Amino acid sequence: MRMIKYLLLAILLAPFVAHSSVQEVKLDKAPIDRADKESLQRGAKSFVEYCLTCHGANFMRFNRHHDIGMSDDDIRAHLIRTGQKTGDLMEAAMRKKEAEEWFGVVPPDLSVIARARGADWLYTYLRTFYQDTSTYSGWNNLIFDKVAMPHVLHNLQGWQVIEPETGNLVQTKPGTMTKEEYDRFVADMVNYMVYLGEPHAPYRRELGVIVLLFLFGMLGLTYLLKKEYWRDVH
Amino acid sequence: MTDSGDNGKMSGRRRFLLVATSVAGAVAGAGVATPFLRSMMPSERAKAAGAPVEVDISKLEPGMLLTAEWRGKVVWVLKRTPEMLDNLEKLNDQLADPDSQRDQQPPYAQNHTRSIKPEILVVLGVCTHLGCSPVYRKDIAPADLGPEWLGGFFCPCHGSKFDLAGRVYKSVPAPSNLVVPPYTYLSDNRLLVGSDSKESA
Amino acid sequence: MSKQQNAIMEWIDKRFPLTSTWKAHLSEYYAPKNFNFWYYFGSLALLVLVNQLLTGIFLTMNYKPDAGMAFASVEYIMRDVDFGWLIRYMHSTGASMFFVVVYLHMFRGMMYGSYRKPRELLWLIGMAIFFVLMSMAFTGYILPWGQMSYWGAQVIVSMFGAIPVIGDTLSNWILGDFMLSDAALNRFFAYHVVTLPVLIVVLVFVHVLALHETGSNNPDGIEIKANKDPHTGIPVDGIPFHPYYTVKDIFGVVGFLIVFCGIIFFAPEMGGYFLEDNNFIPANPLHTPDHIAPVWYFTPYYSMLRAVTVNFLGVDAKLWGVILMAASVVIFCFLPWLDRSPAKSIRYKGPYFKFALTLFVISFFVLGWLGTKSPTPLYTLLAQIFTVIYFAFFLLMPWYSKIDKTKPEPKNVTK
Repeated sequence: MRMIKYLLLAILLAPFVAHSSVQEVKLDKAPIDRADKESLQRGAKSFVEYCLTCHGANFMRFNRHHDIGMSDDDIRAHLIRTGQKTGDLMEAAMRKKEAEEWFGVVPPDLSVIARARGADWLYTYLRTFYQDTSTYSGWNNLIFDKVAMPHVLHNLQGWQVIEPETGNLVQTKPGTMTKEEYDRFVADMVNYMVYLGEPHAPYRRELGVIVLLFLFGMLGLTYLLKKEYWRDVH
Repeated sequence: MTDSGDNGKMSGRRRFLLVATSVAGAVAGAGVATPFLRSMMPSERAKAAGAPVEVDISKLEPGMLLTAEWRGKVVWVLKRTPEMLDNLEKLNDQLADPDSQRDQQPPYAQNHTRSIKPEILVVLGVCTHLGCSPVYRKDIAPADLGPEWLGGFFCPCHGSKFDLAGRVYKSVPAPSNLVVPPYTYLSDNRLLVGSDSKESA
Repeated sequence: MSKQQNAIMEWIDKRFPLTSTWKAHLSEYYAPKNFNFWYYFGSLALLVLVNQLLTGIFLTMNYKPDAGMAFASVEYIMRDVDFGWLIRYMHSTGASMFFVVVYLHMFRGMMYGSYRKPRELLWLIGMAIFFVLMSMAFTGYILPWGQMSYWGAQVIVSMFGAIPVIGDTLSNWILGDFMLSDAALNRFFAYHVVTLPVLIVVLVFVHVLALHETGSNNPDGIEIKANKDPHTGIPVDGIPFHPYYTVKDIFGVVGFLIVFCGIIFFAPEMGGYFLEDNNFIPANPLHTPDHIAPVWYFTPYYSMLRAVTVNFLGVDAKLWGVILMAASVVIFCFLPWLDRSPAKSIRYKGPYFKFALTLFVISFFVLGWLGTKSPTPLYTLLAQIFTVIYFAFFLLMPWYSKIDKTKPEPKNVTK
């Protein structure tokens, strides 16, 4: 009986330790900080500048960025490029038909990419592009082999190739950012994409604290009520 | 073995706990009900679609009626001529609510022209009877509307009549003046319909 | 009650069995007084059912069952609908919690012999509820139309295609098309929102009716009706369900809600087990994800499906896997007749049964864990071994339950 109870407890706790997705490649840890509004704002601006043209974030409205401390004026100044209203959705500029012609595949919408791939994957992905003459675009990626996406950020990061003996990436041409700056830049963008995946997450947790406090109070109360009635039985 | 003891009355402690738990339960119930009820309010998508609309009136000539749309409803923007504005006062005793005392307009439109600027009328083109869209009749004394007609809006569904300030005539099915929506001037040539403040969409 | 209240009650009672129902099923329905922790899960299952129905209705207000709009409509609910995210998480967490609660509820039955005479029919109705529950989970999971929705459904429907002779026609009939598409999505929505909920509500009603006919079992496995007070006719070890178990179940509900809300507000994805990562990618019929696994509550059966790797008796392995998987659930229905022990409850059964049940539990968890993994040769061998253990629990029961050394059952219930 007790053994079964312990078994059940172990099973209940296991999901917090395990993760259901299969990971073959080692991923770098993404420095995510959902409370860092400056980082999120930088990430938002970079995202719009570098990603939104081809990828959409079709489920996200511009005016949602009030969450991360941006006013309507900020939003219009930094995030809206093509005369949209603040209530509009963040759609891609590129049409699906052209996208498929140029890249062979439609660039996926990024609204929930952080929930699908995980922050660590995105952080590693954006930093491990390397030159590869065997691909159509001339670029390849360490954790996404033969990816159709070219290295959009190559001006910032510079160029990398794979060193044949070690399999590591080495830089052949510098970009406009140092390694630290580029890592920070990507971290901001990934931080933003985590926010993009679930904008209400901080509110969810705040509400959760209140709900659980209330429930623990009720637990005490209902326990006393039960004990009071059950005095009749014992 | 029930709620009551031997004397038939529930013990104080039991009653207290029962009441306390019921109150907490009621609070919990309200707490649970709130998200469900709130979820039925207009969503962000509805709010975005219902956001205030900008109307460009740079090309609006005197006597011209422009039709726009806000929250799925017809919005009329009419540039009235000086004669049209003079004629408004002559109609007062034929109207049911000449001074716009019923709450059909924002405070800044509760005047004799029912508008911010006298020449430009902004009004919802929805008959206050059952919702048809009336027809703009600027012609004076036509055969079907009689010699007293000095221009206005005529609703073909049940014959309601409104003047060029959207005020309803007496003895027609419609009970009240045409609704003036909240609006403001972003500039001389640009209106924002649907909002009092300059906060545009 | 005041005089007026009494008058109203009399008026109603002349026309509707309100007071008599209240008495028969609540205030004068006598349940054993020794219910323990394992007895919370019936009322909790009812709570979760109500949760699913309520949150389900509200989701239906905004969800679009169209292959081109489904995924977007779920994100619309998550972002644009006020508290839509909360309703969604309540529903997805509720689905998993339904299985947690039901598995524990069934396990109680296995421990205390709740399936034994005269409760065989009660057990069978419960199994019927379980089948409907699995169908609800299957049809519900397809609705977000993510990659796992699509490919999970693809795998299951192709099992029907494995049936000889009628397989292909059957598959097309189920799908309403030659492959999984909008046609299937729309009709699975109809099953999930109308057909199956109605069925489950009716079955739950019938389940409680059957329970109240025989009265509840208890951890000691003895029949309290065998020991009635000579004057009142009330079982000596019985207490009225209301107020004693209503009050106790409310406490149980609050405890459950703490776990439930803890998950909803702090870990709704549960490490990818309640809301799978791959399901945040819209369905793509042209690309199968690297790693398809069913949702956690189906993983034990999935393991058994994959465990058969040899064709024999002219039937190929694929079909045997399907048969085995179906059998693994259907076999529960035979428990009332497989158990030959003189004692109902594990407390008075012998060491063989305790050992067998422990092995069964272990095999259920191991098979579940294996179901989340890719089928390497080692894992496949393990799955085969534990499948045998799983079935042995049932198939050998007529033998080991008979020869087991039982303890004498008490006359009155113990604590």
